[in-house]
Amino acid sequence: MEFAYTEEQKMIQQAARDYAQRELIKDVLERDAKAEYPTHHVKALAELGFMGMLVDPKWDGGGMDTVSYVLAMEEISKIDSSVSVIMSVNNSLVCYGIESYGTEEQKEKWLKPLARGEKIGAFLLSEPEAGSDATSQRTTAEDKGDHYLLNGTKNWITNGNSASTYLVIAQTNPEKGHKGINVLLVDRHAPGISLGPHEDKMGMRSSDTHSVMFNDVIVPKENRIGEDGFGFKFAMKTLEGGRIGIAAQALGIAQGAFERAVKYSKERKAFGTEIFNHQSVAFKLAEMHTRIEAARLFCLKAAWLKDQHQPYGTASAIAKYWAAETAMYVTTEAVQIHGGYGYVREYHVERLMREAKLTQIYEGTSEIQQVIISRAIFNEVY
Amino acid sequence: MKILVCVSNVPDTTTKVRFSDAKTFDSTGVQWIINPWDELSLTRAVEFRESIPAVVEKVTVINVGPALTEATLRKALAIGADDAIRVNADPKDAFAVAFQIAEAVRNDGYDLILCGIESSDYNGSAVGGMLAELLDMPNLSAVSGLNITAADVMVDRDIDGGKEVLKVQLPLLLVVQKGIAKDARIPSMRGIMTARTKPLVVKEAVAGDTYAEIVGFDLPQAKAKCKMIDAENLAELARVMHEEIKAF
Repeated sequence: MEFAYTEEQKMIQQAARDYAQRELIKDVLERDAKAEYPTHHVKALAELGFMGMLVDPKWDGGGMDTVSYVLAMEEISKIDSSVSVIMSVNNSLVCYGIESYGTEEQKEKWLKPLARGEKIGAFLLSEPEAGSDATSQRTTAEDKGDHYLLNGTKNWITNGNSASTYLVIAQTNPEKGHKGINVLLVDRHAPGISLGPHEDKMGMRSSDTHSVMFNDVIVPKENRIGEDGFGFKFAMKTLEGGRIGIAAQALGIAQGAFERAVKYSKERKAFGTEIFNHQSVAFKLAEMHTRIEAARLFCLKAAWLKDQHQPYGTASAIAKYWAAETAMYVTTEAVQIHGGYGYVREYHVERLMREAKLTQIYEGTSEIQQVIISRAIFNEVY
Repeated sequence: MKILVCVSNVPDTTTKVRFSDAKTFDSTGVQWIINPWDELSLTRAVEFRESIPAVVEKVTVINVGPALTEATLRKALAIGADDAIRVNADPKDAFAVAFQIAEAVRNDGYDLILCGIESSDYNGSAVGGMLAELLDMPNLSAVSGLNITAADVMVDRDIDGGKEVLKVQLPLLLVVQKGIAKDARIPSMRGIMTARTKPLVVKEAVAGDTYAEIVGFDLPQAKAKCKMIDAENLAELARVMHEEIKAF
C-alpha cells in the first residue's frame, strides 16, 4: 500500500493551491456578499485546464486521474466552494457523462468545448417534486420521430444561467417507470427555455443556481445519450463519480475552516495564554483533525478505486457522507473556537459553515448516502 | 535566441527551519520548490517563448543538485521550459554551482542567461556574477524588467531613486530581481502533462574546488513580544519604559 502522491499529483495540488490562495481569496468575501458569479475565475481556471481536467487529451481535456482531481478540489474548496462546485459539475457530471456514454460525434461537438472550459455544462436532474426520489421525473421528452419535445421544470440547477450545455434527464415512456427515462444534450439557448430567478442561497452564493423551464423545446434525436431508456442509469452512474467531487469539496471546506481555527487558536489569548493551550480548544482541534484525516482517506480511496476501474459506488457514498458530515461538524466547531469573530464575515469561517451545509444536501443527501451504504451492506458486504 | 534559466531548488518559504547539528540543515519533511526569483525569471522567459517563438527559439532550465531536485526541474518544464539539465552534484558553495553550470553549458551557445538575484535558502547572491565571469560573458545586475522583440532586447535596472532602461547586446547574463514578471506562472494541466515527455538531461559533474565552508548556523532570535498600552494611559507607558525596558 502506497500513501505517497506522485510528483505530478503534487504539482496539480500546488497549482490549485497557488491559484486559490493567490487569486480566489482576493474577492471571495465580496462575491459571496453580492452573490456574484466568478466569471474571470472560471475563465482563468479553464485556461489552466481545471474545467476538464479528467477528460482524455484526445477530447481536449487534461488527462489527469481522479486522485489529482480530489487534491485540486480540496485546495479550491479550502478558499471558495462556489468556484469548486462549478468545476465539479463541469468535470465529474457533465464531461464525465458525455465522455463515458456519448458517441464520437457527441464528444466532438459537445465534449471538446466543455473540456477546454470554453463552455460550461449543467446537469438537470432535480425537479420541484423529484429530489432524492429521482425516479419521479415529471419533465417529459416526448418522442416525435426525429426529435423529442421537452416540457417541464428542473430545480436547483447549478450553472443554470452560465452553462451553455445542459444534460437534461426526462421521462419519455412513463409506463416503463425509471426505464423510460432518457438523457438529452440540450443547447441552453434553444427556443422554449426560460429561467427562474437567481436563487438567493444560504451559501455558495457566488455560483448561479436557477430553476429551468422547458416549453415545447425541440431536441434532435441525435442528442440522446445511449439507448432509449438509458437516462436513469446514466444519472445514477454519473452521480457515483460526482459524489467524489462533492466529497472532496466538503473535505476542502473542513480543512479550510480547520486551518483558520488552528491559526486563530495560536494567536488569540484568554486567561493569560493562547487559547490553543486550553484543553477544551486543543481537544476540539484534535477531534476536527482526526475526522478530516478520515474524510481524506475515504475520498482518496474512492478516487483510487475509480482510477483502477474498480467498483467505487459504495466507496464514493461513504466518502461523500463522511466528508459532508465532517465539513458541517468542523466548520461549526471552527466558528465556536473563533467565538464572536467567527460569527462575522471577515473571518471566513461562518461562510465555510454556510457552504458546508449544502454538501449534506446536494448530489445526494447524507440520508441518501446512508441508503446506498446500507444497501451495499445488505447486498454486497455481508 | 536561446535562453538559459538557472534554477535553485529551495525549501518552501513556509518551512520550519531545523538543524540536525550545528552545521547541517535538517531536510526531513521539507517541501522543495523553485527559488521564487528563478521562477519569475522563468515565467518571463516563457512569456517570450510563447509570444515570439520565431525570436526566442528555446528556453532551457539548469540546476546543480542531486536527483531529488528533478521534481523542481519537472515543474519548470510544466511552466513552459523546453528542456532541462541537471548537473549531478551536491554543491557546497556558490562557486561550485557557478563552476558546474559554466562547465555544463560553455559550448551550448546560449544568448541570454537569467539568474535570480539570490536563492531563498542561503541568500548568497553570488552565482550570477561568478557564472558571467567564468563564461567570460557581460552581465547586468539589479534587473527588474526585460523586453525582447525581433529588433532588440531592452532591460530595466533599478537604480537609486528610479530606473534606467538599457538597450543591450547579446550574449548577456542578467541577474534579475522582483519585477521581472508580475506573478510566477501556475503550470497548466497541459503543461504538467507535456512535462512528462520533455527532455531532462543529467550531466555528470566535473572535478572542481570549493572555496567556502559553513562552520555553523544560528536561528534568528524570536521576535520580541509586543505590548499594547491604551493611548490614554501615559502613566502606564512611562512605568513600562522605566521599570520593564529601563529606557530611563
